[in-house]
Amino acid sequence: MARFLVRRLAHAVPLLLIVSALVFLLIHAAPGGPLAIYLSNPNVRPADIERLRHALGLDRPLWDQYWSWLAAFMKGDWGYSFSDGRPVADRILERVPATIELVSTSLVCALALTIPVGVWSAVRRGRWFDRLTTMTSMVGLSLPGFWFGLLLQMIFALALGWLPSSGRATPGVGGAVDHLQHLVMPTAVLALVLASSWSRYLRGSMIETVGQPFVVAAEARGLPAMRVVLRHALRNALGPLVAIITVDAALLVSGAVVTESVFAWPGIGSLFTEALARRDYSVLMALLMLSSAAVILFNVAADAMHAVIDPRVTG
Amino acid sequence: MLVCLIGAAAAAPRLAPYAPDQIDLSARRSAPSAAHWFGTDELGRDVLARVLFGARVSLAVGLLSAVVAGAIGVAVGGVAGYAGGMADAALMRTTDGVLSIPRLPLLMIAAVVLQPSVPLLILLIGGAGWMETARVVRAEFGALRGLGFVESARAAGAGHLRVLARHLLPNAAQAVAVSLTLAVARGILIESALSFFGVGVRPPQASWGNMLYQAQASLSTEPWLAVAPGMFILLTTVAVNLAGDQLARRT
Repeated sequence: MARFLVRRLAHAVPLLLIVSALVFLLIHAAPGGPLAIYLSNPNVRPADIERLRHALGLDRPLWDQYWSWLAAFMKGDWGYSFSDGRPVADRILERVPATIELVSTSLVCALALTIPVGVWSAVRRGRWFDRLTTMTSMVGLSLPGFWFGLLLQMIFALALGWLPSSGRATPGVGGAVDHLQHLVMPTAVLALVLASSWSRYLRGSMIETVGQPFVVAAEARGLPAMRVVLRHALRNALGPLVAIITVDAALLVSGAVVTESVFAWPGIGSLFTEALARRDYSVLMALLMLSSAAVILFNVAADAMHAVIDPRVTG
Repeated sequence: MLVCLIGAAAAAPRLAPYAPDQIDLSARRSAPSAAHWFGTDELGRDVLARVLFGARVSLAVGLLSAVVAGAIGVAVGGVAGYAGGMADAALMRTTDGVLSIPRLPLLMIAAVVLQPSVPLLILLIGGAGWMETARVVRAEFGALRGLGFVESARAAGAGHLRVLARHLLPNAAQAVAVSLTLAVARGILIESALSFFGVGVRPPQASWGNMLYQAQASLSTEPWLAVAPGMFILLTTVAVNLAGDQLARRT
């Protein structure tokens, strides 16, 4: 088991190196390089750009720059934000709690939706509930998350005035209720996106499991239907679901970027789009590396969970 | 529905009641009415006309990026599934690796650096979307390889390329088609997201995503600007995904 995980992690390292080199090359080889935004500003004198280029080490050979960036990055020195001069690590760290809050509530809500929907629609296959949820998840999968966010804002914040349209707390109000009200819409968007994808997979793997001999045998032994579905079928169908969640970890990252940006939720996702708008490459670079690393870790963790749920996996 | 959408996009110059960038300052920010079914934006441009012309960009990006993704995916998955062994392991490891890079953020960075034209945007989105097809093709080819007809074709003197293209691909055509429809829907969604964040299709050219980007600023005063483009994205992706489901069910 431990060796299995170590091997998975070892595969991840070269991948991260390749990604970082590619993105580094992309940013630095583009016309103007990282300073492109200054080049188009008439108030910045060419002499200043040269000085800045030298100060940032941008006049050195590319491989040399990449190497020193990589060495510094590994040591935890992620450089300084191009837009406000603060350390990149500080800017990221202050955004972490908001993202963890949003993502964890969304994951819980998505699972709370997925399991009953996936199980019930598989057990009552072809009935109205199955048709309704299959159609809903199809729409959920096809829905652009940012537009769904805009719609919720228009309906619940602007037209009805029930919920605050954006942010994490109302300045000067605060308190748990206010906080929860801010959390409702972003969570709804992110959880719906995830649950639409997950419930389809759970339904599929439940349908497969229900037909298998050990489930039929459990039914034949006269066990209560509820017990057969939950203890025998669901437990075995969870394995594939966990495997799918690993593939969807990247979806979660994209979903968080989109949702946080639409609702101005002050997390890492909105930091990314803010950095994007300001061409703040040091922040973008660090965020891409961290999110890729997070997805890989998430994958490995999910593989471990899969192996615990279903011992046949380890090999 | 899909045919209607594509037809409407193709016939946009005839169907549209106004030119997509015709500015009418006397009818700025007007709500939907008989003259402007979907209303007008802050420059008095007709939203219906812009949605129809935007459909051309959005559909073109979706369809062509799926072609790019499909070509790479079939090549990678085909070689992996047919060759097996080391090549298979290396290619599939790469595919899994690329899958674990968050696609949207990576494309956003690429788009902000490269400021892509529409053709380059298609290449970027397609280049980031081949992995699912590669997996499907690899699984199909791997299963087909063991069947007798591949061996008999080889024995009859067919080269590897010919076996791949003439014998294996037609047999996997349905699975490839299903994965391509999914790629079309994904391409449309990614284009709209990139444009929504201001790094995809650039104004004044209309795309559904950049119309929503402009609508976001005036959500409280002109909500109709946000309704039509989003509706069209949703209708298109639902239609494409349903078509994919239908195709998949025929197996």
